[in-house]
Amino acid sequence: MKTLLRTGEPFIWLTGGALAFALLMVTGLIGIIVSNAVGFFWPSAVVRVTLTDGKVLTGQIADRERVPGTSAEYRTKLRVANRDLYGADFVWIDDKTIARRETPADVVVIERTEWGLLIGAIKEVRDGGAPVASGSAALAELRRRLPDAAELRRAILRVERSDIGAINQAQEQVRLGLRGLEIKGVTTGADVETLRARLTELQARYQTQEARLAELRKRQGATVVVTADGGKEKELAIAQVVSVSTPNTLTLPAKVGHYLAKAWEFVADDPRESNTEGGVFPAIFGTVMMVMIMSVLVTPLGVLAAFYLREYARQGTFVSTVRIAVNNLAGVPSIVFGVFGVGFFIYVVGGSIDRLFFPEALPTPTYGTGGILWASLTLALLTIPVVIVATEEGLAAIPRGTREASLALGATKLETTLRVVLPAVMPSVLTGLILAMARAAGEVAPLMITGVVKLAPALPIDGTWPYLHLERKFMHLGFHIYDVGFQSPNVDAARPMVFATTLLLLLIVVFLNLFAIGLRQRLRRKYATAAV
Amino acid sequence: MAAPIHVRASLNPAATPASVMEMPMVEIERLHLWYGTKLALKDVSMSVPKHRVTAYIGPSGCGKSTLLRCLNRMNDLVDGVRIEGTVRIGGIDVYDPSLDVTELRKRVGMVFQKSNPFPKSVYENVAYGPRILGVKNRGDLDGIVERSLRSAALWDEVNDRLGDSALGLSGGQQQRLCIARAIAVEPDVLLMDEPCSALDPIATAKIEELMLDLKNSYTIVIVTHNMQQAARVSDYTGFMLLGELVEFGVTRELFTSPRDKRTEDYITGRFG
Repeated sequence: MKTLLRTGEPFIWLTGGALAFALLMVTGLIGIIVSNAVGFFWPSAVVRVTLTDGKVLTGQIADRERVPGTSAEYRTKLRVANRDLYGADFVWIDDKTIARRETPADVVVIERTEWGLLIGAIKEVRDGGAPVASGSAALAELRRRLPDAAELRRAILRVERSDIGAINQAQEQVRLGLRGLEIKGVTTGADVETLRARLTELQARYQTQEARLAELRKRQGATVVVTADGGKEKELAIAQVVSVSTPNTLTLPAKVGHYLAKAWEFVADDPRESNTEGGVFPAIFGTVMMVMIMSVLVTPLGVLAAFYLREYARQGTFVSTVRIAVNNLAGVPSIVFGVFGVGFFIYVVGGSIDRLFFPEALPTPTYGTGGILWASLTLALLTIPVVIVATEEGLAAIPRGTREASLALGATKLETTLRVVLPAVMPSVLTGLILAMARAAGEVAPLMITGVVKLAPALPIDGTWPYLHLERKFMHLGFHIYDVGFQSPNVDAARPMVFATTLLLLLIVVFLNLFAIGLRQRLRRKYATAAV
Repeated sequence: MAAPIHVRASLNPAATPASVMEMPMVEIERLHLWYGTKLALKDVSMSVPKHRVTAYIGPSGCGKSTLLRCLNRMNDLVDGVRIEGTVRIGGIDVYDPSLDVTELRKRVGMVFQKSNPFPKSVYENVAYGPRILGVKNRGDLDGIVERSLRSAALWDEVNDRLGDSALGLSGGQQQRLCIARAIAVEPDVLLMDEPCSALDPIATAKIEELMLDLKNSYTIVIVTHNMQQAARVSDYTGFMLLGELVEFGVTRELFTSPRDKRTEDYITGRFG
């Protein structure tokens, strides 16, 4: 026993075991996320079960578990969809009540813009109320009409978003201009007349666009009739059909194609149906943009603070106290930072900006409400200790001799700091930034009160002047997970989406980190400094 | 208390005839230095002749590096340091409050015990000083870099990798790079603080050879605890002990016929 201890072998096992345990937990977590997420887009087969009492149910198998309180009885969770027809998306069936199972070839799964999936058999396609195709020809007819319907939907969205949106914004500008004049006491005169004339002109343009919209909508007259279980029929406007698939007859390549198309839709499209369907693009955009703004804010601030602490301040009790306090800031609950963000950034700073620069819009706040700028600032505050600590450690690792060499050449302290110390410490700064970005990308609590919303009407960057709208509210993947997973009306249907979103958030953090690590490697190669 | 001031004594032609003719570059008079309450230099007075190599020898902690660092005021960086006395370099009072210390350091270059190239390319290391002085023209900088590297006997080894990191050079090359960097601003005086203590014998020999070349253009003051090195490269040697300059004189004379018992004990290896 004593000799065993002397070899040090048990200690190696202990350290290795600790590492293995940690790795196991992390890989387990990632494994759960990945396994739940990757199946989300796969077109699973549709099963038609006939129960012993003669009732027929058609749907996708979502889950199977032992009936609580029994030893060998199982029950199956069937996703029957058709929420508008049955009221619920999911049905639990005891396996012993199932008389017959089949996978009919004629069943289609229709993804629509409202009410979730529609599962059933296509009866006929109608245009303007009159049937144009029925039976097996109906599916082909529906598929033929889908691209046009999608194009039409996009055209309508374009008119609504861009054209009418621009008019609305211009009208808002004119209204604010009028209000601004009114505040100054000007209610008549040339300026007011010009603005009023402009308002009338905009109103006329709005009418034109409305007419265009009505004309486009008129072309959406075609419908498809779907027969569901129990003989229920649903007449659905083709305009509402996003995609149609026959999962029971799909070949493997077709399934892969469907999978990839769905995955692409997930990352590139806007969400639908209170975020439980469609994509998460605005949330990806918001997350990345917020992290970038935060990085731009936190890096200079943290580096400057660390420089003062390490290079200029007299090392003593006070600096040590400050250092400990900075390190301990990491222990403050993030929601407290959020509260500070609301109280200081939004109410004090944002409120003052509104009073000074946007008085005509009051009482509607412009900057005095949550927005991406305030959220980024709050997170910058939250992550600044990380950057300070990493930078300070980097500064401490730069040999005294390097600084002395510069000073001995007649460089001033400032020249030494800027030309020698700063380049040498950059890899450490990036290390701090990597940690800060990972922390910020996953943070939710402070964002909920400083500018994140469930559904943002517009991205913080768009085509209307000034293109960058830092006061806008935005969407965030972390909040999206919370919202879809716990706040949506249909939690069961949305659960795979939660995992997919989580996986996406992880991938984004990995991507951002790889970018920063690549940058750090380049700097290190350039200066061949020690790894800090 | 008063240390023997041999350069002053050398005004007597009989003592050190050679030094009578020498032009003093650095003059130190009654220099005292305290770190907090600890007296680190006691009443040091001496002159360093122009275009000669002057060495300080002595056991560790005797104050020889401190004395060296008084010449370019690097001691200013240490907290709680207090200095009394006069140091003049080329006739200018180093501790004159109105003197710009960066101007002084441009005239007094320094090479440190541990080679300390910047984490930059070889080229940028040498060009650093001239850039600080405001040289911007690329052609001028190229000329300075090549001249300095040639003076430091490094050009042939690094001319094909000027853009590589200086930290990739060997220890001896790094130290010669530091010398090249110091002479790139063409100082009057070059201070060397145990420049070979971290180097192998071959690299040491190269640097010693270099010092003998450089003394034609620069006044060199070197601190070493290697007595053979002092004997090989220096024209004048000062022996320091416990903050005092015990003896200062022509190197050959100091090593062959020391006048002070303590010097004799040290160079014969009885302590230190």
